Amino acid sequence: MRVVIAEDLALLRDGLIRLLSTHGFEVVEAVDNGPMLLAALLKHRPDVAVVDVRLPPTQTDEGLRIALEARRRVPGLPVLILSQYVEQLYAHELLSDRSGGVGYLLKDRVGDVEQFVDSVRTVAAGGTAMDAEVIAQLLTRRGRDEPLAALTPREREVLGLMAEGLSNHAIAARLVVTEKAIGKHTSSIFAKLGLPPSDDQNRRVLAVLAYLES
Amino acid sequence: MKRIGRGWAVRAARDVLTGVAALALLLALPFAPRPILRAARTLGRVRQPDPGDLRVIAWLAAHGVLGPGTLLVIGSMLSMIGVIWRVYTPYPSKNLTVAFTLSILAITLLSVLTAYTSVRVQDYLALVLLGETPEARRIRELTASRAAAVDAQAAELRRIERDLHDGAQARLIAMRMNLGLARKSTDPAQTRELVEEAWHSAAQALDDLRGLVRGIHPPVLADRGLTGAIQAAAMLCPVPVELDIDLPGRPEAPVESALYFAAAEALSNVAAHSQATRAWVRLRYPGDRIRLTVGDDGRGGADSSAGTGLLGIERRLSAFDGTLTVTSPLGGPTELTMELPCALSSRKISHSSETA
Repeated sequence: MRVVIAEDLALLRDGLIRLLSTHGFEVVEAVDNGPMLLAALLKHRPDVAVVDVRLPPTQTDEGLRIALEARRRVPGLPVLILSQYVEQLYAHELLSDRSGGVGYLLKDRVGDVEQFVDSVRTVAAGGTAMDAEVIAQLLTRRGRDEPLAALTPREREVLGLMAEGLSNHAIAARLVVTEKAIGKHTSSIFAKLGLPPSDDQNRRVLAVLAYLES
Repeated sequence: MKRIGRGWAVRAARDVLTGVAALALLLALPFAPRPILRAARTLGRVRQPDPGDLRVIAWLAAHGVLGPGTLLVIGSMLSMIGVIWRVYTPYPSKNLTVAFTLSILAITLLSVLTAYTSVRVQDYLALVLLGETPEARRIRELTASRAAAVDAQAAELRRIERDLHDGAQARLIAMRMNLGLARKSTDPAQTRELVEEAWHSAAQALDDLRGLVRGIHPPVLADRGLTGAIQAAAMLCPVPVELDIDLPGRPEAPVESALYFAAAEALSNVAAHSQATRAWVRLRYPGDRIRLTVGDDGRGGADSSAGTGLLGIERRLSAFDGTLTVTSPLGGPTELTMELPCALSSRKISHSSETA
């Protein structure tokens, strides 16, 4: 799997290269600033890009802006944004083109190697990987999730884990139930959110979007 | 008999007149201490009256003329009464007595009026010439708001120091301790456990630092400015927030930060106390100031003297000459209007001379 890395701190960049290389990824380019990132994304069209949100020259949300720009030019280009902080606003912007293949994780998550690599693969496969912190922030907004009012508490829990990028298999393991039970929950969620039967990955993205927009 | 009778009348009338004059003076007396007291008070507040201050000199001059002048006028009026009294009338008639009595009454009244007017004029002069000038009031306000800003900053630094000390620093120490033990450990199971603990400590240290930085300067504010940061804050509010933001540029960073924290505090108040079903944030720049309104349809009754939240907003804004107006009748709706004079997209703050 070909990957482009954008991270301005050499320590973390080298760490990411080592981490992804040892897990079977081919790092085609590792850059340390926004303009070079855009060029690398358009040139290599990688299977997935792992991008730090804060990059030179502006040292603001340069990474996110470049990623969105690249996805405008190459629709569906899988991008995983890493950040010291999560913002609902940025999660929204990443998901707003509804084409999936986006991830938004705290940098801390790199410490949990297995799960991080899983997240990168999920994003590369067109899924979503929202940080647990994004989901936790959403849970504090009780009372304003009208579109999700029809969901049972359990279904919301499943939807939250879906947003984190977990597969049905992983959700089943997390909630200590059978995968079949989770399958039932997910089809019920899709039905209640009015998502017509289509490719499962796409419906998952739309369900996550509904969740974030609630 | 006749002369004796007249002598008695004269004495009686003189006694009456003296009584009237004394009464007039007594009536005037309550007015007199006011300007004197006010002048004393004002001079006391000024503490170090500048001798070159033209206003003080003008007051001294006016006071020097007006004080003795008034006494002179009243004195001469009273002696007029004496003169009238001494006028020799060989054929006293009823009409003449009435005329004299009336003129004496008129003069008395005039004395009282003169005394009163003089007192009012001096009162006014003392107020105008010795009172606080607009500049002096401004200096007093600026001194107070600067002191508040410095206090707030010091308190903030203490909080950061304490948070670092109890949070990230403590976690790093624990981490180092665990890793140190792991280095020396010969038992693989124990090593694994220690490393695991260190791993968790690192995650918590990061968590603590993240929370701390967010409280100092939220990254989204640096990235997206006030508009984006308020949008982000609204997304976290449990009550749906309607946004209406029209800001043609970016204010200076400290102003941006003050307004952001004010808006965030207002929104968290909405979430915590209002029981509202919807809220709104309006941001406008009508020329020389930013006007930020945060409202909700909740139960109202918000009072800046009751909670620390509104006081905190007020303090934050006052450092920049900003104001907070709260309208919150019982039963709602509540609206907080924050106004802050500032320039946009330039590194200059225009300090309005208007009352803050």
